[in-house]
Amino acid sequence: MTRYSAFAIAREALRDHAGWDRAWRRATPKKRYDVVIVGAGGHGLATAYYLGKNFGITNVAVLEKGWLGGGNTGRNTTIIRSNYLQDPSAAIYEKARSLYETMSQDLNYNVMFSPRGVMMLAQTEHEVRGYKRTAHANSLQGVTTEFISPKRVKQLVPIMNIDGPRYPVLGALWQARGGTARHDAVAWGYARACSAMGMDIIQKCEVTGVMSEGGRVSGVATTQGDIACDKLGMVVAGHSGALAEMAGFRIPIESVALQALVSEPIKPCMDVVVMANTVHGYMSQSDKGEMVIGGGTDAFNNYTQRGSFHHIEETVRALVETFPMISRLKMLRQWGGIVDVTGDRSPILSRTPLEGCFINCGWGTGGFKAIPGSGWGFAELMARGHSPLTDAFSLDRFREGRFIDESVAAGVAH
Amino acid sequence: MLTLKCPYCGVQAEETELHAGGEAHLTRFGPDSSDDDFETYLFTRENPKGVHFERWRHSHGCGKWFHAARCTMTLEVFGTYPAQTTEPPQDIRDAITAKRPGWTWREFS
Repeated sequence: MTRYSAFAIAREALRDHAGWDRAWRRATPKKRYDVVIVGAGGHGLATAYYLGKNFGITNVAVLEKGWLGGGNTGRNTTIIRSNYLQDPSAAIYEKARSLYETMSQDLNYNVMFSPRGVMMLAQTEHEVRGYKRTAHANSLQGVTTEFISPKRVKQLVPIMNIDGPRYPVLGALWQARGGTARHDAVAWGYARACSAMGMDIIQKCEVTGVMSEGGRVSGVATTQGDIACDKLGMVVAGHSGALAEMAGFRIPIESVALQALVSEPIKPCMDVVVMANTVHGYMSQSDKGEMVIGGGTDAFNNYTQRGSFHHIEETVRALVETFPMISRLKMLRQWGGIVDVTGDRSPILSRTPLEGCFINCGWGTGGFKAIPGSGWGFAELMARGHSPLTDAFSLDRFREGRFIDESVAAGVAH
Repeated sequence: MLTLKCPYCGVQAEETELHAGGEAHLTRFGPDSSDDDFETYLFTRENPKGVHFERWRHSHGCGKWFHAARCTMTLEVFGTYPAQTTEPPQDIRDAITAKRPGWTWREFS
């Protein structure tokens, strides 16, 4: 692997850029691996990376039915924050946020992490109380957030209309160290680092069955032949239900479409991320100048990856009151992804009824921000059998009533 | 945009007129049931890629609950039927079979 550096750019500039390697090797599956990860999105690749880096397990294959990072990793609005209410959530999301800070150096790949600050607007009295409570919880958890006044909101985001008639801004929960990162680069950077450790990343390889012997996983059947493994990690987001069924168990997940859109590019006008949960909208400005706007989920199960027009209308209509200047912007494009939602809106990182088979899913509408923390914890769970980051997120919490209830705590949008 | 025909008032209603009510034909287990039944009833839902049965409410119309048979991959609607039944009626099942031979959903096919 060629190391990326200023020196490397200068060297390649002098020889017509002929010396750049492929970021990751094209691999064909071997007969057997110690660990097979299904799903080459951010979470799957991060799991493989930390299995190698933290536990020295490098005989690993990451299988992907489409192309690398082509699912929700490439479809989110790239927001990174860790201001959750419940302790287990704050721990794993804060771990992720802190790993994002050093990810570019760690992976030798520029993921363009931009800790520009994340602001969650309180537009009802209920939200004011909720976010004050979250700020207090965060200070106990060691996550730096604060509840700020409308005046401060206006200073940070001058384009905002804070005294709208229907949704006045009454304050905000402000996490100065949250921000955004380049979502594709996160997947590409992890893939490159995994490949450099000798792992195989196999694209266009769909898993069609899970094989087991005596209650223990023994391998997977794929469109590129059977692959044996000691341990299997399922990290396939919206398609987790179908894969779990192949392995013979059920998971409490429903898959729905979540969508987002971007406007035409404009000059820099907003240098923080703003989330407005009352109106189901959130917005940031990309480096290209587009306003990136995320909306709500469809209310019914589907796998269509396209979203629906009325959700865009609702999101934009509500945001226009708070951001009057966006009313004249044209929409550039819109897309949808399939998110896997659990009953308590918290993820599942767990052993499964099939010995040797682990599942990481249920990140719902907020998975991107968790990628490094999820990979870190899930790798530990797979290598050691448990992890302090993931123990609370086990599959049996539903049976035992140990919910990590972020659905009430976080409102709706993640 | 999804449109469903309300089986009561006959209106071809679009998504914004309706309220999605989740999986259809659930058996509700109470305090005396086994842990497995209670957990499954509370949390484990069918999440198929393909044929699915759901409850919907014509909330901005006649206000009544009804059932719909739908494909989650394409949003194609196979048919709607009244709520006063514990399983999909035969004509709906036949309509699905015509378009998706060999379909199954829970114990139905």
